[in-house]
Amino acid sequence: MNAPIAPTPHDAELQALARQDAFSMPIDEIDVSKPRLFQEDTIGHYFARLRRDDPVHFTENQFYGRFWSVTKYHDIMHVDTNHGIYSSDWTQGGIALFNAPNPEQRLQMFIAMDPPKHDEQRKAVSPIVAPANLASMESTIRARTAKVLDELPRNEEFNWVQRVSIELTTQMLATLFDFPFEDRKLLTWWSDVATSVPEVDHLVESQEARLAELGKMLVYFTRLWNERVNAPPKGDLVSMLAHNPATRHMSPMEYMGNLTLLIVGGNDTTRNSMTGGLLALSQNPAEWDKLRANPALVDSMVPEIIRWQTPLPMMRRTALQDAELGGKKILKGDKVVMWYLSGNRDEEAIDRPEAFIIDRARPRQHLSFGFGIHRCVGNRLAEMQLKILWEEILKRFAVIEVTGPPTRLLSNFVRGISHLPVRIPG
Amino acid sequence: MPRVIFFEHDGTRHEVDATNGVSLMRAAVDHSVPGIDADCGGACACATCHVYVDPDWLPKTGGRTEMEESMLSFAAATQDNSRLSCQIVMSDALDGIVLRLPEGQH
Repeated sequence: MNAPIAPTPHDAELQALARQDAFSMPIDEIDVSKPRLFQEDTIGHYFARLRRDDPVHFTENQFYGRFWSVTKYHDIMHVDTNHGIYSSDWTQGGIALFNAPNPEQRLQMFIAMDPPKHDEQRKAVSPIVAPANLASMESTIRARTAKVLDELPRNEEFNWVQRVSIELTTQMLATLFDFPFEDRKLLTWWSDVATSVPEVDHLVESQEARLAELGKMLVYFTRLWNERVNAPPKGDLVSMLAHNPATRHMSPMEYMGNLTLLIVGGNDTTRNSMTGGLLALSQNPAEWDKLRANPALVDSMVPEIIRWQTPLPMMRRTALQDAELGGKKILKGDKVVMWYLSGNRDEEAIDRPEAFIIDRARPRQHLSFGFGIHRCVGNRLAEMQLKILWEEILKRFAVIEVTGPPTRLLSNFVRGISHLPVRIPG
Repeated sequence: MPRVIFFEHDGTRHEVDATNGVSLMRAAVDHSVPGIDADCGGACACATCHVYVDPDWLPKTGGRTEMEESMLSFAAATQDNSRLSCQIVMSDALDGIVLRLPEGQH
């Protein structure tokens, strides 16, 4: 592996070097799949070069193979809304850059299925995050958020990710699954394992080890399934899956896949927006002043945080037929990667995209949730969690000092922050 | 200028101008009618401009495309008169059309 590099966006020298590198190297050598670029947070320069010079860009990578990078907002929208051409199906390779060569090792989850099966399975769980149900969850989320914030240490440094972001998202997941609360840290672990690429991050030692850990998840959740399938239907995700005609006869691999999807979907994403939002405000003190002066701006700040962080920077598709995209000829079977993180910085679609602005006119017009039939099912829940967090922060803390650089994940699939040191005076 | 009448879920009435050739979603957004989120900006890609078209007006709005059908099928609380307002284009024939909004967009 590469020597550890202190990743900090404050590191002006590192950023300047990366910019120079990105804009001087031969275009065909640019490879935006390199996880190191995400860990250093220098990836943006390479995307900027591609948007300018080669918006639909071909790469052949030793590990990930051949793939197209789609970097402009409107091209990404085109791919995301043409699911008949650009497949998500796990049998084609699924939604991640890396796909196990052996299809039996691929996760069978509805995000990695095409219609009609995708539609049927998605509809089995989507009512849990429908508007009426969200309203019923709000008071629980607010009470828990208040408790977590009230218990934070004062005048000493601590890791915001561990104490706030992970804690709140894990509690939320436990509620959605009606998962034993005392075991909830298992959910965090399974989420991390699910998004791990062992060859890259070494979280576990191999793909086999990764699947073995997810197998433990399946065993645990099969117990919950068996309890609930024989009980009257209730409002948690396991019960909903166990009672819905579209999902009650899922194979164990499909159950495991969908659990993984729901755990990652509810965890990695909001966790990193909770951290990324604090980091963004600390780097943009004038925006924080605006927010303190007008707390109602939380409403427009939340989608801006989600755009800014883009916690899932990409989704992959596979072309089912030859197609043209941005002037390039895509061939049947090609991997096509939509880089949401790049589209969210596209000046043709977003005004001043490199600026964090908490009172944008159309803040929800960003790509972080995807668009089309695979659009994030939990988008409004995620927004509500973030809104409540910031409302409760504003009630309590005049300032939260970020005392050191963030530690970012070595991953091109989750734009994550594992450590953010902070201190709350008072 | 033709007019569109929106009723929020709580019954609040908004009567706004709309331009022929422009979507009803755009009329709502341009006049800040609450309850039309329109996350995708009119690409029929998110279902957050969901409306219930008054039954008297429904036949005049035309049919749903396949993509609209798909996106609506994932929205909450849909009815036979559910449409995505970004997919209905204003015309003189729709002057005075009445649209009701769902409890929330999702």
